[in-house]
Amino acid sequence: MYYAELLLIGLVWGCTYALMALGLTLVYGLLRILHVAQATVFTLGAYVGLLVANHTGSLALAFVAAAFAAGVLGPLIYRLVYQPILDKPPFIALVASIGVLIAMEDGFRLMFGPYGLSFASNPWFTSTYSIGGMTLNVVQLWMVAAAVVLLSAFALFAARTRAGVAWRATVSDPAMAESFGVGVIGVRYTNFLIASVLAGIAGVLVGLLNNLVEPGMGSVISYKGLAIIVLGGLGSVPGTLVASLVLGVVESYGTVFLDKVMDRDAIAFLFLIVVLMVRPRGLLGKAH
Amino acid sequence: MDYYLSVATFAALNVILALGLNLISGFCGQVSLGHAAFYGLGAYAAALCSVAGLPFAVALLAGVLTAGAFGIVVGIAALRVREDFLAIVTMGVGFLFLGVVRKQDWLGAEMGIARIPSPLDKTGYALLAIGAAIALLLLSLHVRRSWMGRAFDAVAQDEDAARTIGIDVAGYKIAAFFLGTCAAGLAGGIYAHMTQLIVPDTFNFIQSITILAMVVIGGIGSSLGVVAGAVLLTLMPELFRFINDYKLLVYGALLLAVMRFSPEGLAGFVRRLTGWRPA
Repeated sequence: MYYAELLLIGLVWGCTYALMALGLTLVYGLLRILHVAQATVFTLGAYVGLLVANHTGSLALAFVAAAFAAGVLGPLIYRLVYQPILDKPPFIALVASIGVLIAMEDGFRLMFGPYGLSFASNPWFTSTYSIGGMTLNVVQLWMVAAAVVLLSAFALFAARTRAGVAWRATVSDPAMAESFGVGVIGVRYTNFLIASVLAGIAGVLVGLLNNLVEPGMGSVISYKGLAIIVLGGLGSVPGTLVASLVLGVVESYGTVFLDKVMDRDAIAFLFLIVVLMVRPRGLLGKAH
Repeated sequence: MDYYLSVATFAALNVILALGLNLISGFCGQVSLGHAAFYGLGAYAAALCSVAGLPFAVALLAGVLTAGAFGIVVGIAALRVREDFLAIVTMGVGFLFLGVVRKQDWLGAEMGIARIPSPLDKTGYALLAIGAAIALLLLSLHVRRSWMGRAFDAVAQDEDAARTIGIDVAGYKIAAFFLGTCAAGLAGGIYAHMTQLIVPDTFNFIQSITILAMVVIGGIGSSLGVVAGAVLLTLMPELFRFINDYKLLVYGALLLAVMRFSPEGLAGFVRRLTGWRPA
């Protein structure tokens, strides 16, 4: 039973990672940029969600506001930071992205204080459900529901809509897509918009899950998000989803069995390194 | 006086760290986001030796070799993965080092190692660190002009082409990691004895990024630029006290601004201004 519960908790974490990592994969798939600064979008979403929730008392409104704020910030980062340096070697964009993350994290600290804020009322945090003898709180259930719904919506968007087709065409061959009349710039903005909205919503959910929103909450999850997209095979959407769930479960069991040896983050990265040594292109990556 | 000596020592240590990373990332083109781990390995190995009663020189050497040995391991790993994959793997190495050290009771866990014997005075450490920094700068300048430097450059520019013309790509990559991480180990050993207290958090991801910032702001690949970057980033918070509270904000903004407006850093800026390309 204990092991089943660990599995369940691991899967819940996996859903959180998936919401974060899908956006990173989208950005990488399109522009070959490791978008570390997505952590900033995630944290902004969490803060906006918290402030709105504490002022209005409505969680629904909090999610809408967070998605909106995140949806503005992400494309803005693309426009101001990435677009001017797209033709430079990839590490330039990565370093710039890390710069954004570090600066904004300090910005959040200066604005909202270093210790973090809590939700004034967090009904989801305290009410729990029992499923087959295992206890989950409502935030965890929402986390899974949000991941399933949003990721399915994304799959539908990519498979069925005109914009989705344009997006897929641009990912597989930007020059060809452009010559067939796809507005590549528009696709890029859509891409950042989707990635950022997912991250913003994930931010509020993680804030609710820990009942704490703090300046550094995004960075570790963003670093792990990078580990996940690398694990999944860079740019591969199914690979990312598989890797998110696998990493969540590995961490969950790892913290129990390896507690004396290393901490949670180290387990995640050890797993990443071991997998990459065996499969250098990631779990579902194509051969070079 | 003591204050100036310790600032000078820290500037010299940062120069050593940044020049080491520049060997790996600047000369040989292998992006590393985990350089602080090797700084930490050197510090912990040297501290353990000194606490066990071994002489200072042996402790420093142990620090250098421990860092270098792990550097070779990462260098070998770097043969399997490239570019973005390598960046994330080296970032992972940093988190792995930190996560393991934090849980080891024999390394003092979160509390680190305290009461490390200190064989030199402040002036001694300053002279040692500055001497080592100058030696490493001369070595860097020499390597750049040597056959090895050209081979590094070939690996950095186009690995496959380098292999085609018979350059031992694997060997040179491992050599770059070994040299760069040995330098970090030396800085770690000096740091541990000077402060007499080391804790895991000193060697975290932000530290890795700070070292990278020095390299990048100075001008990746240019030894003189990197020295300038390291000295500048060390002195900045000291010169402008008010920056100390916003240190990371300024670091981050500087990183962003340099990448955005002058990706070749200070060295590139100087070249555009005067036409002279700093070595």
